Amino acid sequence: MAETAGTDAEPTIETHADLVAAEDVLLFVNAAVTSTGQREFRSEAYAQQLSLSFLHEYVRVNYRSVYAAALALDINDHNAARIMEQLLRTAGEAGEASDAQKRTEGRLIAARLAVLPPQRVYRLFRTLRAAKVNNRRTRAILRDWLAARPDLGLDAVKYRSGLKTAVRHAHLPFGEGEFGGGEFGDFLFRPGRRVRYEHAFLDAYRRAHFEQVAVYDLPFTVAEGFAAKHGIPRGVFLERIAPRMTRLERLRTQRAGTKTDLSVMPLTRLALYVLSLEMAERVRRRAELTGALRAAALRAAGPYAGTWGRVSAVLDDSYSASGSGVKRRRPLAVALGCHFLLEALAGSYRAHWTSGAADPLLVRPWGPTPLGTRILDALEDSPDRLVIVSDGWDNAPPGLAGEVLRVWRTRLDRDRETSVVHVNPVYDADGFDVRRLAPSVPTAGIRDAEDLAALVEIAQFAEGRTGLAELQAYLDRRTDRFLDRRHQDRHHQDRHLEGAR
Amino acid sequence: MNKLDMTGLTTMPAQVWGGIRLVPLVREEPVDGLRLHHKIYGGYGDVQVGPRTHYLSYIPHGFVADWSGEGGRSAAYGTQLGDARPACVPVRRHHRMAKRRSAKGSTEDRLRFLPLHLALEGYLALHFGGPSVVWDEWSQQAVRQGLSPRAEDAYAGWQVRGLGDALRIFEIHPDQCGVLVYAADSLAAAFVVPHPADYRALHPSLLEDLYGELVHQYAYFGGPVPDFEARIRDSPHLRTIADLRAAARAQERTWAEDHDTLFAGRLLDPSYHFERVYRMGSFSLWRFLPPFRRGEPEQHIGEVITDHKGRVAYLKTFRLSEAQVRRGHLLNRLHDHDWHLGRTAEALGTSYLDLVRRIRAAGFESLLNEHGVALATSAEPAHGRTAPPACSA
Repeated sequence: MAETAGTDAEPTIETHADLVAAEDVLLFVNAAVTSTGQREFRSEAYAQQLSLSFLHEYVRVNYRSVYAAALALDINDHNAARIMEQLLRTAGEAGEASDAQKRTEGRLIAARLAVLPPQRVYRLFRTLRAAKVNNRRTRAILRDWLAARPDLGLDAVKYRSGLKTAVRHAHLPFGEGEFGGGEFGDFLFRPGRRVRYEHAFLDAYRRAHFEQVAVYDLPFTVAEGFAAKHGIPRGVFLERIAPRMTRLERLRTQRAGTKTDLSVMPLTRLALYVLSLEMAERVRRRAELTGALRAAALRAAGPYAGTWGRVSAVLDDSYSASGSGVKRRRPLAVALGCHFLLEALAGSYRAHWTSGAADPLLVRPWGPTPLGTRILDALEDSPDRLVIVSDGWDNAPPGLAGEVLRVWRTRLDRDRETSVVHVNPVYDADGFDVRRLAPSVPTAGIRDAEDLAALVEIAQFAEGRTGLAELQAYLDRRTDRFLDRRHQDRHHQDRHLEGAR
Repeated sequence: MNKLDMTGLTTMPAQVWGGIRLVPLVREEPVDGLRLHHKIYGGYGDVQVGPRTHYLSYIPHGFVADWSGEGGRSAAYGTQLGDARPACVPVRRHHRMAKRRSAKGSTEDRLRFLPLHLALEGYLALHFGGPSVVWDEWSQQAVRQGLSPRAEDAYAGWQVRGLGDALRIFEIHPDQCGVLVYAADSLAAAFVVPHPADYRALHPSLLEDLYGELVHQYAYFGGPVPDFEARIRDSPHLRTIADLRAAARAQERTWAEDHDTLFAGRLLDPSYHFERVYRMGSFSLWRFLPPFRRGEPEQHIGEVITDHKGRVAYLKTFRLSEAQVRRGHLLNRLHDHDWHLGRTAEALGTSYLDLVRRIRAAGFESLLNEHGVALATSAEPAHGRTAPPACSA
């Protein structure tokens, strides 16, 4: 670590390689945070997947420990599942590493599985089965995860085929007493054998075939099918099933009349919800929506609220912020989330939307991206921190933002009184990274506005002066924190709260 | 009128995607009193060419120009205004390319026309009448029917590589009223409308438009073009943010000036020939033809609506290929010399046979009377035959 401290001096061959390695790692983290292999505004899904697959393989082969440690960071679930799959698939490669490394990998996988939404876990198990990965470690991980599920009855009803595949794949003794006294085994593999089940969900599922009341004892997604079968009117169904819905299900069906408490929603979800509303409705519910966004932002800011000093933000609401058909308005939602989060974090705060909009609640993806001009506006506030949320495509005129930032650094702000950071919600498949504005400005990928504080921390490594050792130390720190605190990690519970309660 | 007057339109920074460069044109104030609507035709267009002869074609879309002054109406995609027929009738008759819309007997202040067809028709019907003097070399068909019917090939916008993506991800400026489309940095088309709302509605219609063969080739074979990135010189004079802002402004200005002189210069050439097609209130619908000078790199045909001051309210152009320019040039020269082959050949500085070959190569073979040509060629070299040392010696 000592040698990397002096990289400002003439870099030797090793430190140069070191810098490259650090860069590789950072760009992988950026990709793993932003890309979900789905279509983006400027690239097709296949381009994203191809680019992402390459990065996964490259980093797994060259920096396996880092690859595993990425599970401890705020990467998205798609990439987390992918990393776990790759790690389990290539267990042989880990054989060359030390036992300690293997153990860390196992613990990381187990810890990440615990916070992953169950449908993704079951999908991962299905992928592993298709890939014929059935080593002892995989079976153990699977067994432990299933044993830790709070209610297997719920899984048996809600993720029936997923659970079935998993159990079959790991040869779990579902017929015997260990898992629910053989009842689950009968439910999954020998339906119709029992006249009634002890477990409430299983029995409700049995009765729901012929009894309308039993439908309301089931989880929402399962009940939906039965409601259609019994021809229950949608309004009546939604009203009575409401207590069985998860938060996100309630948010999704709100337009159809479900009452939901917006103040408990996570920030980015809430922003997406707000952006899905008509302008007139946003104006009508202004107080409620703003209140909910502020509350969510304060929750996300946690202990850091009000500690960031004077903050200015440049937020991109150009047409490209509309995302794509599968990631509808995601970049704009991130910008909106960041707006409220920065408001909570800052002592004094000013926002500059690229379209010149003044009312954050009424933003819409519209017009070109005059990022350079807006950065100039923001710098005029002489803030302590400048945060730019943009997909990095600056087109009115192109490249002006980079030039402004460069000249600002080299001419006007040589003492670095203002720290500038750029967060980018869009993965650029051609560049294998998120798009940067200027080399002097640290850039980090972002998926959820809530992660902003942690990302700003990791973005500091992206200025190109940090070696691998320093980065590794940071990753180790994050790994330890993740493994130690995962049970109390409110943030992740917040994001992945699931279940019918 | 001999030149396009683009006053009121400002060039904004280009947006590049692959080999396609799109340059937005912004109006500070929309043109008063004229709106364009988009009209979708459900089936095939049908033009009666002669008795028992019909010309059937697929028409992707048409425009309706509205100068009735009911400015409150916004442009809408696929409006079918005052259409008496039920929408499901598959074949529609288009008697003329530009047709005043009428509703129940009373004429309205609306004009329906098919974008670019007006211009193409002007080009195809160049010297439609054919020879005015019945020289022996021209066939009966040429004398009686002129050049009709003739066809030109063109590519639809979606066939031009990269254009679809470039249009999809293009970020439309709030006051944008037009766009210049470049393929491999050569002007492919210009499109201007009177009102920003019209532009928003008609932006996707660029994908349904016609593009010349040359544009298709340029887009297909040309590589990605570079962005014109802003550069701010690192001078010691930059001390405050105001200086930086001024430098940034200067960059935008430089781009606009460079673009207007470097890129779009040819379109503003004062040697174009304009022909008024229709007068609608204070607006006029024109089509224009290039001078068909050989060796000039780019020539466009197009149609334009101008206001009472001659400023462009609507504009659509079509880039001609080399072969098309040559053909136009040939017809123009023939016309200048009353379709007399000998005199034309003399004016062009070539021989009679060479001119005949050129006419054939241009696709006008059916206009020539083979017998007449044969007679003329056998007569002409007769006095030349004495000069070379004959092999009879």
